[in-house]
Amino acid sequence: MSPQAQPKPSFQPKLSFQNVSRRFGEGEKAFLALDRLNLDIADGEFVTVVGPSGCGKSTAMNIAAGLMDVSDGQVLVDGKPVRGPGPERGVIFQQYALFPWLTVRQNVEFGLRIKGMPAAERRRISDRFIGLVGLRDFADALPKTLSGGMKQRCAIARAYAVDPTMLLMDEPFGALDALTRVHMQDQLLDTWSRERRTVFFITHDVDEAVYLANRVIVMAARPGRLHKIIPVNLPPVRNEEVRLSPEFTEIRNQVWHAVYHQKPLVDA
Amino acid sequence: MSAAPAPQPATAQRSSILPALALNALAFLFGLAVWWAITAAKLVVLPGPLEVFQRAIELALNGQLAIDIFSSLRRVLTGFLLGAALAIPVGFLMGWYTVARALIEPYVQFFRMIPPLAVIPLAIVTMGIDEAPKIFVIFLASFLSCVVATYQGVISVDRTLINAARVLGATDSVIFPRVIIPASIPFILVGVRIGLGSAWATVVAAELIAAQSGLGFRMQQAQLYYDLPTIFVSLITIGILGLLMDRILQATERRLTQWQERAR
Repeated sequence: MSPQAQPKPSFQPKLSFQNVSRRFGEGEKAFLALDRLNLDIADGEFVTVVGPSGCGKSTAMNIAAGLMDVSDGQVLVDGKPVRGPGPERGVIFQQYALFPWLTVRQNVEFGLRIKGMPAAERRRISDRFIGLVGLRDFADALPKTLSGGMKQRCAIARAYAVDPTMLLMDEPFGALDALTRVHMQDQLLDTWSRERRTVFFITHDVDEAVYLANRVIVMAARPGRLHKIIPVNLPPVRNEEVRLSPEFTEIRNQVWHAVYHQKPLVDA
Repeated sequence: MSAAPAPQPATAQRSSILPALALNALAFLFGLAVWWAITAAKLVVLPGPLEVFQRAIELALNGQLAIDIFSSLRRVLTGFLLGAALAIPVGFLMGWYTVARALIEPYVQFFRMIPPLAVIPLAIVTMGIDEAPKIFVIFLASFLSCVVATYQGVISVDRTLINAARVLGATDSVIFPRVIIPASIPFILVGVRIGLGSAWATVVAAELIAAQSGLGFRMQQAQLYYDLPTIFVSLITIGILGLLMDRILQATERRLTQWQERAR
């Protein structure tokens, strides 16, 4: 099977992986984490990425974030090659990665402060995003006093504060309990539907992948590569009704099959 | 750092403090009683608590105890502050620049294996019997423990925190003061505490070998005159002062790192 190439859209993609490969190690022990990934993501699109461990989904995200170099190929954001992290790409990590010595507000203002924004303006922006994620009562609390869901909301507010046009999320709700996760998903969709930032969302949860996405990207492992792209033709407004609909189940089954019944790669 | 006071969870911990203190006091009184019983029964040829207490009052009143405490503390603090002041920047340098690490680490690891006390003979021969050799040895002891802790702190800063700062637009010159330094403070403070502990142990030993004042010197003198109560007073003073210094540092540590998640 050769890596699937998508038909080139006529508009400029927001995020474009072009023949991206990434190797780790040298010689005998070299390991191909990502093999010739070709993928275009449109402006304002919400894509989720699922796949078994070792499929290179985190590698792809780290490359797009500018935290990792490619071995081959290139990643374009708004048509420009990625060289290191940039303010237009907000990243949300699974482990929250809040600065534990800073309060919620100071965490949210971190990116603004290093830009040298005046305090009053920082305050205005942090107020807005802390309110958006529902942490107003905890603005002056330290991360250690927050629950996992609250920490992740703080991380989301921190990413939003620098006003990125794209969000890269690496299993952001992976560590949360099922109820909190559903709540966080609805909240994320709610903000997304209002602000239409492009979202590249990694998850290991098939339900989550289908519920959130316009398209589900299924990847395969050894070597990490694109396996299948499954469009999610569900109503744009997602809610419990959608989640329980037969159409949802149908797509969910497709994705499930694509993730868990991948044929091993025969030719190298 | 401007960490706001965090809402403290549960007061369950508080209520357990009182019984613990009462148990501490009980243990102390019990120890005192055993000491008194053993010496009163003449099981060992040691001074009893009363005798030691009387000597302590005597030494306190004639000012000798204060002079000894002052000279020992001055040595410790001078050597310790010099050691920590040099260790922290060197530790950061080693943690941040691999070249600096490769150049400095062999020396640090080597000298760490030599007990600071073993340097005393050399220090006395080359620096005389003044304050200099003692302060130098204390400096060395505290420098070595602080430098290793600081550098461990820098290299164990969570990569995700550094990445989080980078994706928010931070460059290395921002990451160092805003991420590396605060993240390594808990490690540095542990090193400082160990450093102060070893400095205190070293000063007493150094004074035993060569000094004209200090708690170690007093014990050495008392040994010549078979003055056991004075030795006891010095030992107890050393213990109490060490404990006090450690507690002060512990409180500072708690205050500076209250943002840390603690298992307790």
